[in-house]
Amino acid sequence: MIPPEKLKASQIGLLAVPAVAYLVIFYVLPLTWLLAHSFAGRSGFTFDSYARFFADPFNWRVIGNTLRIASLVTLVCLVVGYPVAVALAQAHGIAQVVLLASIILPLSIGVIVKAFAWQIVLRRDGVVSQALMALGIWDEPQRLLFTETGLVLGAANVFLPFMILPIYSVVKLIDARLSEAAATLGATPAYRFLRITLPLTLPGIVTGVTFVFSLAVSMFVIPSLLIGDRFQTLATLTGRAFLMMRDEQLGSTTAVVLLAFAVTVVIASTWLVRRLGSTE
Amino acid sequence: MTFAERASSITVWVVATAAVVFLLTPLVVTVIASFGSSSVFTLPPAGWSTRWFERLPTTQGLLASVTASIQIAAYSTLISLVLGTLCAIALVRGQFRGREAIATLLVSPLMVPGLVIGVAMLQAFREYGLRDVWASLLFAHVVITLPYVVRTVLAALSLFDFTLIDAARTLGCSYPGALRKVLVPALSPAFLTSGMFAFLASMDNYPISIFFTDAWTKTLPIQMLQYVEERPDPTIAAISTGLILLALIALVISDRLVGLRRLADF
Repeated sequence: MIPPEKLKASQIGLLAVPAVAYLVIFYVLPLTWLLAHSFAGRSGFTFDSYARFFADPFNWRVIGNTLRIASLVTLVCLVVGYPVAVALAQAHGIAQVVLLASIILPLSIGVIVKAFAWQIVLRRDGVVSQALMALGIWDEPQRLLFTETGLVLGAANVFLPFMILPIYSVVKLIDARLSEAAATLGATPAYRFLRITLPLTLPGIVTGVTFVFSLAVSMFVIPSLLIGDRFQTLATLTGRAFLMMRDEQLGSTTAVVLLAFAVTVVIASTWLVRRLGSTE
Repeated sequence: MTFAERASSITVWVVATAAVVFLLTPLVVTVIASFGSSSVFTLPPAGWSTRWFERLPTTQGLLASVTASIQIAAYSTLISLVLGTLCAIALVRGQFRGREAIATLLVSPLMVPGLVIGVAMLQAFREYGLRDVWASLLFAHVVITLPYVVRTVLAALSLFDFTLIDAARTLGCSYPGALRKVLVPALSPAFLTSGMFAFLASMDNYPISIFFTDAWTKTLPIQMLQYVEERPDPTIAAISTGLILLALIALVISDRLVGLRRLADF
């Protein structure tokens, strides 16, 4: 072994080489290849496959489906997740353990298990239908399975922890005395929330929204189990193109479009978080 | 406490309670369905039975897929822990340009849609001439487990006081000894949580694995999806109940070792 005293900072940097080399071979090159593939025509570089893709109104519907469902799922997760994050930050003792466990346990269960369970829950004779009947909201049993509502519900269930945890990580850092001080100075609760709590938790919200949106935009198994083949998103179409239709040109194109959405969201959120951080 | 404060605090707790019920619904439903006697799911079940569990050992392809999944998850976690820790040390201690870019690159597979990584690897591995299913799965899974390790170990290392190693050396420790006695214990919670999340991410992975499995080598999620599509009976619920039990055990163990709160750190 080289005496550590002689290890310079630049040599320590060499420890990064195996991981970086690995990723270049098995991750960066494949993605580059995918991009190149989607632009490759018989006579070199071409936008043909994109021109064809965007000329088809069906594909616009697919993009619309993808963005609509992802936005709805993100919205549901935010509306539910924010209060839960606040509750988690305030909780002590057994309440905290119960909350933490019911957030972390589902995280460690595979998505197929959960999607399968939602298939049971959302059926015509499922729990949701029975509950809404018992409450008198529905007059007759209805199925939510294979509807967009069912899909949003199931997906929000799977992704909710990814909204709660980032928000929780900033909520728990807020100094409770800030709000008390504002109250002493006569600020109303609504004013305190809008001017103190919300701005301070904004970075967590942005991170959570980014997580949930990028997961929801690319979910594949949840739609195929909860809504079926007649409802296509970019991800399900990519999967079908490769696994069933054997149309790799189409699949590469949809994959790149999907990638473009995901990358845009991540870059936008990184920029937002930086901006939010610098204004404080 | 004013009325508005009380109202908002009540709202928070009502939503939190509803969210707990919502989050646990699929797990509870699965467990109940797995102990139901009928092959058609009804809630509550018409009767109770353990016959779906008794069937598990003879379920076609189940044991093989569980074995494959555990092996691939274990190997990819191990490789990621080694590659990821070395890289994290380089990023924290090294002085070279592009450190931030490298950190972003290593964590980025979490942000890129799994399906996109899957199709990209499918095409690239074919170009590489890599035909072996098992090796393809392993190579692919390291890419998706690496971010968990890098993220957590990087965070732990940036809090670690490296002068402690010099102190241990001054007190007569050899360099490897100092690493083993000072650095490794300080990082062990990070190894544990990131290792657990990496393992689970590999065990659950579906959108990448689906492009590499064939009729002989399947990971558990792919095998389960096939059951769901071919014959959705409570056997799947019984497998799921087993997985829930495992997750619960892992959760209790890691709570004892590092605490639930640390698992919630994002």
